[in-house]
Amino acid sequence: MTSTGDDVLLEVHNVVQEFVLRDFGGAKGGVLQAVADVSFDLHVGETLGIVGETGSGKSTLARSVIQAPPPKRGEVIFQGQNLARLPRGALKLARRNMQMVFQDPFTSLDPRWTVAGLVEEPLVAYGEGSREQRRARVNELLDLVGLDPVRYGSRRTRELSGGQCQRVAVARALALSPKLILCDEPVSSLDVLVQAQVLNLFEKLREDLGLSYLFIAHDLALVKQVSDRVAVMYLGKLCEVGPVRSLYSAPMHPYTLALLNSIPSPDPMVSRRESATVISGELPSPLDPPSGCRFRTRCPRAADRCAVEVPEMRALADGHLVACHFPLTGNENGSAPAAASTPAAAAATTSGPAGE
Amino acid sequence: MAATADAAAPDLQLRPSPLLEVSDLRVTFGTRLGSVHAVQGVNLTIEPRRTLALIGESGSGKTVSAQAIMGILPRTARVSGSIKFKGDEIVGRGERELRDYRGRCVAMVFQNPERSLNPTMRVGTQIAEAVGCHLPVSKQEAHDRAVELLRMVRLPAPERRFYEYPHQLSGGMRQRVVIAIALACDPAVLIADEATTALDVTTQAQIMELLLDLQQETGSALLMISHDLGLAASYAEEVIVMYAGKIVEQAPTKELFAGVRMPYTQALLDAIPRIEMEPHVLLPVVGGRPPDLAVIPPGCSFAPRCPRVQQDCQDTCPPLQQHEPGRWWACWHPLGKEPAQ
Repeated sequence: MTSTGDDVLLEVHNVVQEFVLRDFGGAKGGVLQAVADVSFDLHVGETLGIVGETGSGKSTLARSVIQAPPPKRGEVIFQGQNLARLPRGALKLARRNMQMVFQDPFTSLDPRWTVAGLVEEPLVAYGEGSREQRRARVNELLDLVGLDPVRYGSRRTRELSGGQCQRVAVARALALSPKLILCDEPVSSLDVLVQAQVLNLFEKLREDLGLSYLFIAHDLALVKQVSDRVAVMYLGKLCEVGPVRSLYSAPMHPYTLALLNSIPSPDPMVSRRESATVISGELPSPLDPPSGCRFRTRCPRAADRCAVEVPEMRALADGHLVACHFPLTGNENGSAPAAASTPAAAAATTSGPAGE
Repeated sequence: MAATADAAAPDLQLRPSPLLEVSDLRVTFGTRLGSVHAVQGVNLTIEPRRTLALIGESGSGKTVSAQAIMGILPRTARVSGSIKFKGDEIVGRGERELRDYRGRCVAMVFQNPERSLNPTMRVGTQIAEAVGCHLPVSKQEAHDRAVELLRMVRLPAPERRFYEYPHQLSGGMRQRVVIAIALACDPAVLIADEATTALDVTTQAQIMELLLDLQQETGSALLMISHDLGLAASYAEEVIVMYAGKIVEQAPTKELFAGVRMPYTQALLDAIPRIEMEPHVLLPVVGGRPPDLAVIPPGCSFAPRCPRVQQDCQDTCPPLQQHEPGRWWACWHPLGKEPAQ
């Protein structure tokens, strides 16, 4: 998309994922396009955050990347290999470098297995080392995620708290020393203090192991915490992709601004009623998405053109792409909560329009 | 501990005619591993038209307190203390009396609208049922009231929505239906237990605005229960922070966020990723986990995790006291109140 240098880990080109809905008796009821023509890339050591509401297709996008199931159309190029064209054996080898952490650790981990067994399973599946070597690796991994192997190794998930359980899921994902971790809402089921601990763990692992993340969450503030770049998704399409600083301080897509304005601030001095341009309406049905721009039915800036023409992704500033016919230029978004609240943000706000 | 709770009670009575008065509420569950003290001496008052937020982590006792107020605790729970609605004692009432109290006096909106609604019944019928259970109305009147309630919760085309099933509605719309059921008998106090947690951030804003608008329209009081301090800061007038079954800090929202006293509240506040923060900054965290509520240590329950812990914190539990007008905290070494050393 932007560059195809050597440090690109993952390239996703025009990925489309569809599900056929069946009526009674198996008759074709309609086609749900969960991911519609999405392209992005991810560099080595980078974290790309993906935000969007429920039903925006962010989880489906992550699953398309790991080919579970493979996308209907488009290319996923991981470490130079097009995953869609790989035979099964080669795909299995490619997948060891991309692992996933799911939202609910209690349902994604088998309750009958011990912690050590869960962490060892990927090593067994790939025939790694002898039994002793695997045991040693398991202990090393549990240490890495901050669990005492002696104390927790023989426990089962029901004997752990949510945060500890998610640490086990992370240890399991790290077992094969992957290059890329796909995190699908990894902390949204955790309490705020535990959430901070797990977020810090992700940050530490990124630095220590040089990991790249595809970090999916619905919470914009949380995504900002971990990401280098953020992609905003709406109804199966990306609306805006950009570096964290410029996207948050000078959002260009009206949807991004609406999302930013919806976040309750822990500072009551930021008056809610003044700043809130609360987005109205509901997410339209993905079975029958609006023509043209998919956000137009809820967009305050929608015009006739938005109903006719699908907005293409275009770069309006360095690395900052937006799919909108009438992008915000920075003057209107003074009501964004992040704008001008920090010196860095203020600087980015002024540089936003200049970049166009 | 009991003595401190008693000491707190006279101050609370100075406030003007509260709707709901909870004093020294204790809830204990008998389990195989011993008694779990889920709520340990909670005092709170809810006044008309006020919005109060009850904040805490999982297991802090906030939901159990709300369930005690609603009278919907499981039979295994042992409740002591007093819950008075307009002066009438609720604790110890029979099921028949409680049925009149629930719905008309206090109503609750639960976290998960999928689980609060019956998937096999039309949403309108479920609202009409709630109306018919509590008020002496005819079938037609219940129907009309249900449509009116659907309109009140800003559901478009209420006459048509009446005949739809929960699966035909989105999560936000379902929560609106649940709110309509809660409002069916015009309750004086509405309890929203994590009512927006399962919803998207945009829908959350819509539902919170709706709850506040309805509160203005009906003059009811709102008790919002949440784990999200940010949500409380945006929408509540007063915040109560609970930890391990006890209230540890209580203050008007603006004053609380202007200067937190209790280190636990500060830890909660610090752990929230903020939109103003730079990316990749580590969040300040406190280690450890909330204590086991079956074994209560003598000192402050936050002491094992507290960055400001000193010897006296481990010996005696600090009582919840009013230190400044309207500001309560339970801490021997509060923030922003450094003793000369």
